[in-house]
Amino acid sequence: MSKRAGGSARRKLGLHLLIGTRKGLFFLRGQANRRTWKLAGPHFLGNTVHHAVLDPRDRRTLLVATRTGHLGPTVFRSVDMGKTWKEAGRPPAFPKVHNSDAKREVDHVFWLTPGHASEPDVWYAGTSPHGLFRSEDGGVTWSGVAGYNENPLRGKWGGGPEDGTPDGPKLHSVIVDPRDARHMYLGMSSGGVFESRDQGASWSPLNRGCAADFLPDPDPEYGHDPHCMRLHPLHPDRVYQQNHCGIYRMDRPSDRWQRIGRAMPKKVGDIGFPLVLHPRDPDMLWVFPMDGTSVWPRVSPEGKPAAYVTKNGGKSWTRLDRGLPRSQAWWTVKRQAMAGDTHDPVGLYFGTTSGEVWGSRDEGTRFTLLARHLPEIYSLETAEA
Amino acid sequence: MKVYVPSPLSSYTREANTVDADGASVAELMADLDRRYPGMRFRIINEQDEIRRHIKIFVNREQVRDLATPLAGDDEIMIVCALSGG
Repeated sequence: MSKRAGGSARRKLGLHLLIGTRKGLFFLRGQANRRTWKLAGPHFLGNTVHHAVLDPRDRRTLLVATRTGHLGPTVFRSVDMGKTWKEAGRPPAFPKVHNSDAKREVDHVFWLTPGHASEPDVWYAGTSPHGLFRSEDGGVTWSGVAGYNENPLRGKWGGGPEDGTPDGPKLHSVIVDPRDARHMYLGMSSGGVFESRDQGASWSPLNRGCAADFLPDPDPEYGHDPHCMRLHPLHPDRVYQQNHCGIYRMDRPSDRWQRIGRAMPKKVGDIGFPLVLHPRDPDMLWVFPMDGTSVWPRVSPEGKPAAYVTKNGGKSWTRLDRGLPRSQAWWTVKRQAMAGDTHDPVGLYFGTTSGEVWGSRDEGTRFTLLARHLPEIYSLETAEA
Repeated sequence: MKVYVPSPLSSYTREANTVDADGASVAELMADLDRRYPGMRFRIINEQDEIRRHIKIFVNREQVRDLATPLAGDDEIMIVCALSGG
């Protein structure tokens, strides 16, 4: 299916925010000074857009993971920044089986990751329920990664539908080591962090040191709930994760997570979903805490939203809330809904569950409201081209 | 035979609400629809060859759940998306 939608076809694209929402995809196009932004869209109105990612390798191919309530999941592709769209010829889907107990159906494509620089048309997709898919033609056709999808242990790692998030189990944070296309990570909510050294043919759990307070075993091999994992692009041995049970850092080749969220203020805690790395400084990252106490309200603690930044790899954290509401703001930020640009100083952006987009041109020192009244925001990515 | 297409699927049929398609069974009809309107079948039938939840297929106003249901040339097919959710 081809669709035409609003948007400009300029060759020079500048800075864009790709905003996936519960009801469609929006673009915020920024001027060079990052002070003026223009909202465009919606594209795919009525579709839930879980993720939209521009390929940083060609700065041209844009993939969007969409789902409507009735029509199931798919992936759309644009090479003109949303002027025209073409649906994947073969979207991610599990193989047909005859054993009713083994039947799996992709509910939604949750995560998109461009592949290694040496494989320009390769993309990966993570789905709900847990599934890992690979495209070798820029997102037109998708096949299951057998080493994960057909792995006999997969059911044990991730459990059943009841072991996932309220919106279903999710495979996310698919990461390809920029030094080696065969070295990959992924996160399962729930299931934990897993690593592959053979491009997905086999996977090993990587959860030592990470808490799983909701399991009886204090240090299980898997079953954890990573919310978002990031690898530093210039220092790929440095990995961070925002987990259901805290903020962690790992310095490879160590295989043990260190809980750096212990240094967060006790009143705020270290529970949250997104985690953004500074594009050049491996010791600098931002998180956006939420209330993970009692029944997990999943809102800003005390209704006072704030990002937190560390500049020393998690030894200490600083609250960043200038420009944000001081009280009675009961939104939060989902795991894919916060991102940075590569400018200096870094621009930091996030979308809220109440449909607002906030941005900072100075690494979070001060935030301004860039857009509001959007549907619930599921994802926000920067696109520079 | 004539196939009534619900509005959520009309982006596949170039906005047509009724289209022509052929097949000796519902499964064959779905395959023919996909040939004429690529991608349409997967919006109706999932990867396990099951009709998606909230989608119903009627043959001459009788709901069918089995893709092997035989069809005749003068049958009238209606694809319906249930209204649900917010």
